Amino acid sequence: MAAPVLRLGCAGRRGALAGVARGSRRRSGAPNGFTFGGLRGQISVARPPLLTAQEPRKGAREWEAVVGLEIHAQISSNSKLFSGSQVHFAAPPNSLVSFFDASLPGTLPVLNRRCVEAAVMTGLALNCRINKKSLFDRKHYFYADLPAGYQITQQRLPIAVSGRLAYGVCVGTPRRMAVRTVRVKQIQLEQDSGKSLHDDVRAQTLVDLNRAGVGLLEVVMEPDMTCGEEAAMAVRELQLILQALGTSQANMAEGQLRVDANISVHHPGEPFGVRTEVKNLNSAKFLAKAIDYEIQRQMKALENGGEILNETRSFDSRLGCTVPMRDKEGKQDYRFMPEPNLPPLVLYDSASASLPAGADAQQVIDIDCIRQRLPELPSVTRDKLVQQYGMRPEHSFTLLNEVGLLEFFQNVIKETRAEPKLVTNWVLNTFLGHLKQQSLAVGESPVSPSALAELLTLLDAKVISSAAANQVFEDLWSSPGKTAAQVVSEQRLELMEDRAALEQLCQSLLEEHPQVVTDVKKGNPRAVNKLIGLARKATLNRADPTVIKKILEEKLAS
Amino acid sequence: MLGRTLREASAGLKQGHITPTELCQKCLSLIKKTKFLNAYITVTEEVALKQAEESDKRYAKGQSLGDLDGIPIAVKDNFSTSGIETTCASNMLRGYVPPYSATVVHKLLDQGALLLGKTNLDEFAMGSGSTDSVFGPVKNPWSYSKQYRDKRKQNLQGETEDSDWLITGGSSGGSAAAVSAFTCFAALGSDTGGSTRNPAAHCGLIGLKPSYGLVSRHGLIPLVNSMDVPGILTRSVDDAAIVLGVLAGHDPKDSTTIQDPVKPLMLPSVNDVSKLCIGIPKEYLVPELSGEVRSLWTKAADLFESAGAKVIEVSLPHTSYSIVCYHVLCTAEVASNMARFDGLEYGHRGDVDLSTEALYATTRREGFNDVVRGRILSGTFFLLKENYENYFIKAQKVRRLIANDFANVFNSGVDVLLTPTTLCEAIPSLEFIKEDNRTRSAQDDVFTQAANMAGLPAISVPAGLSSQGLPIGLQFIGRAFCDQQLLTIARWFEKQVQFPIIQFQEPMVEVDCSEIFGNEKLASVPLKQ
Repeated sequence: MAAPVLRLGCAGRRGALAGVARGSRRRSGAPNGFTFGGLRGQISVARPPLLTAQEPRKGAREWEAVVGLEIHAQISSNSKLFSGSQVHFAAPPNSLVSFFDASLPGTLPVLNRRCVEAAVMTGLALNCRINKKSLFDRKHYFYADLPAGYQITQQRLPIAVSGRLAYGVCVGTPRRMAVRTVRVKQIQLEQDSGKSLHDDVRAQTLVDLNRAGVGLLEVVMEPDMTCGEEAAMAVRELQLILQALGTSQANMAEGQLRVDANISVHHPGEPFGVRTEVKNLNSAKFLAKAIDYEIQRQMKALENGGEILNETRSFDSRLGCTVPMRDKEGKQDYRFMPEPNLPPLVLYDSASASLPAGADAQQVIDIDCIRQRLPELPSVTRDKLVQQYGMRPEHSFTLLNEVGLLEFFQNVIKETRAEPKLVTNWVLNTFLGHLKQQSLAVGESPVSPSALAELLTLLDAKVISSAAANQVFEDLWSSPGKTAAQVVSEQRLELMEDRAALEQLCQSLLEEHPQVVTDVKKGNPRAVNKLIGLARKATLNRADPTVIKKILEEKLAS
Repeated sequence: MLGRTLREASAGLKQGHITPTELCQKCLSLIKKTKFLNAYITVTEEVALKQAEESDKRYAKGQSLGDLDGIPIAVKDNFSTSGIETTCASNMLRGYVPPYSATVVHKLLDQGALLLGKTNLDEFAMGSGSTDSVFGPVKNPWSYSKQYRDKRKQNLQGETEDSDWLITGGSSGGSAAAVSAFTCFAALGSDTGGSTRNPAAHCGLIGLKPSYGLVSRHGLIPLVNSMDVPGILTRSVDDAAIVLGVLAGHDPKDSTTIQDPVKPLMLPSVNDVSKLCIGIPKEYLVPELSGEVRSLWTKAADLFESAGAKVIEVSLPHTSYSIVCYHVLCTAEVASNMARFDGLEYGHRGDVDLSTEALYATTRREGFNDVVRGRILSGTFFLLKENYENYFIKAQKVRRLIANDFANVFNSGVDVLLTPTTLCEAIPSLEFIKEDNRTRSAQDDVFTQAANMAGLPAISVPAGLSSQGLPIGLQFIGRAFCDQQLLTIARWFEKQVQFPIIQFQEPMVEVDCSEIFGNEKLASVPLKQ
């Protein structure tokens, strides 16, 4: 039977959303086990308590969900999209506001070249078609943090269209990575708004215009995703790409990456259902949770004969549910109009055409020039890791997904003679495990890449045993600044090279434990392990277990 | 000295006949004496005198900055002036002191011009009479001219009360009145549908609307961004050319200004117009056109023809759609541009604070007059999703057709078009206000608006006096960015016409004419018949 995915009341499965109906084009991934944005194993899907206890009803029709995303990424630029104001996070309120940002009458927008280049570069990285001519429009609505009463955006003819983004999700047992693709409808340049702080007690609103006019890339993704995890992974991939390009810092906690999700459910083979929009999802965890909650809510409402309203909702992270947004009840008419103060944005591609007539080569942005400057994208980096180090694909994902982990890994590799496989294991298990346990970022690690590299070199050269290596790592972790060699020599953790001493130790162990000898001779070779353990203890991890085993076996056989 | 042109005053300064401070004080004194014209909203006496002092020093050292150094000017009160209240003649911006100056203001001041004050206008430049200002209407100096009063006495014996004053036209009426009454040598207006040329025609002045994109709009509080152009009001074509020479050029703060470097504006002295082709658009001969304007128009055409120019009838078939098209495009942009006036960041703020929406509503109801509110409502309607295609998009297409009409005519070899500027001479205020603002704007912009639609340079030049003794202007429309050619032709025409200088009577009689004209013989050259 097909996994009864997205079915109301599918019980007992982790997250209640473990697959998709048979024959469906896409399969939704099971919750993954690898780390994601510092949330190991937390991208599990929402599990509304009401639904978990129910058994699927016989004959109940299956549901499919579709999720589309509108992602706002703040462009990494020193100045705003249309003004010379500086861009800084957490600057004193209203300290980064030009006359234009405050919409003083008579001020005019002047397009920031850096923002256009960032949009083109992002478009190229997302396999978009870059429009040689794009236009700016005004989108009107009254709000206290929108001083002009309109936002300048690209509604009619955006700068980039028709792209696609490939991302990985973890599926199946055993877990393996599967590649999914989402179509990118368009990328448009637009202004950010300011921030309103509502003080309900005093019934007043404070407005900070520092963010007003900062350049945004709005990336519109088609409804090609089916659950919260896919959406979260697509967003994570986009985040990695933006960071690799340097076009956005894409830090969700600082609001540099904000996601709105459009969600609907339908029966397989039928048209898409009425969609809702969940706005302002500012963390990967909440994004996945909100989407999965909303899918469940819609299915339940429809199963119960209700209907879905085309509305805007927000996610209440405390209650773990979505609620209709009060201030956007009515459908807004944004009264779009061409922005008369900005001529069409004209680009050219020196790879396919010559400079447009009358254009100034200094002024016009050359798409090909940006194409040449494209850095390595995360998918390529991962493929290289898999090929170069024989790494499993999911490990390559983890290395990239953790901020700074890849660089750490590469630094260790550079400085150690240990095998890449050993390095991968240590970095992804021991090292990352310690970080997670203490909720530290890679940059905050007390163990430096060189310290770990040295440790692994010692381990690889059999100077210390792997058990001793773990002990050394603990020491390095708790007393930063020490080197692995120091720890090894201070605590005398080197492997015992003295064969005679080892033989003597083994001899005395055999004599002290006649029962073990008897057991082995009776045909239970595993009984010797007890003695190996004792030898390790007696030598304080300094004995190489394989050597001990060999000596013991020789003595028993004789 | 005040009666001279800018160029003559400039020469006077250079030759030391007068100092900038003396010139400035004479103008300031005249502004006080002509206060009843209501030409100025703000008089910046201190600023002007300080600038004059600086200018004095430069002249003393022989380091004049150029033709504009020490020349008193005025600026329409919809241009931002740093540290000087900028009201747009609206309650919404009463008390608003901008922290920056418009590029054009900067350029004038950088050349040493003395800013005497900010001139009156229709609220947010929406109007064609300069009657719809929260500071009261502007009165046309010609109402008090000897030329007009003499004729008036013949017609209405004894009745000379003040209530029959004439409108200046608009919306740059304050700037026109300021220049016409000799209180300054040049003034900035703005021109969106004729707002500079219309009052220029009614006040006997040169009114230049440069090509769209030649002069920066940065700091001009917009009416319709895609049609607004800073305008120039002067008493001679040469003066307009001097000011344009200073203002023209790319501004990094206005992305719609041309990138190409602008060549210094030099008007060749042309005595020969025989190589020119003058187009007379037949659609401009409308039934509402007054007989006197029509006959002056014909005379002007004959003047060119007799000087050897080729004068041909041309057709601009889409002209008649210009007004309705303008109505849609103008109100749509107005609705958008006025959205920023919400009382939060600057300007008037209502004191209802039940909710943000209530605050907006009160602020905007109190801040804007009926004309502005009416245009916002219409524009909002046209921009609604369900109406956008039917109104805005169609109007844009019509605009393209209108622009194409001009392109076709110019491509056929026509150098410049000759048309009336207005339907008739200035009318008394009492008559003007019989119709509402919208009707008046629609009537009065009929000859001027299309040039804004197409972004073309256009100039109104006084062509003579009506039988009532009032100025009548004619308009030349040129090819885009051929402002220099346009000015050259306008100057030739100006020279042929010898338009008479305004002569003042009471209550302007208080104004000592010798103060204005010095020892010169009052020029009163009859029209060449």
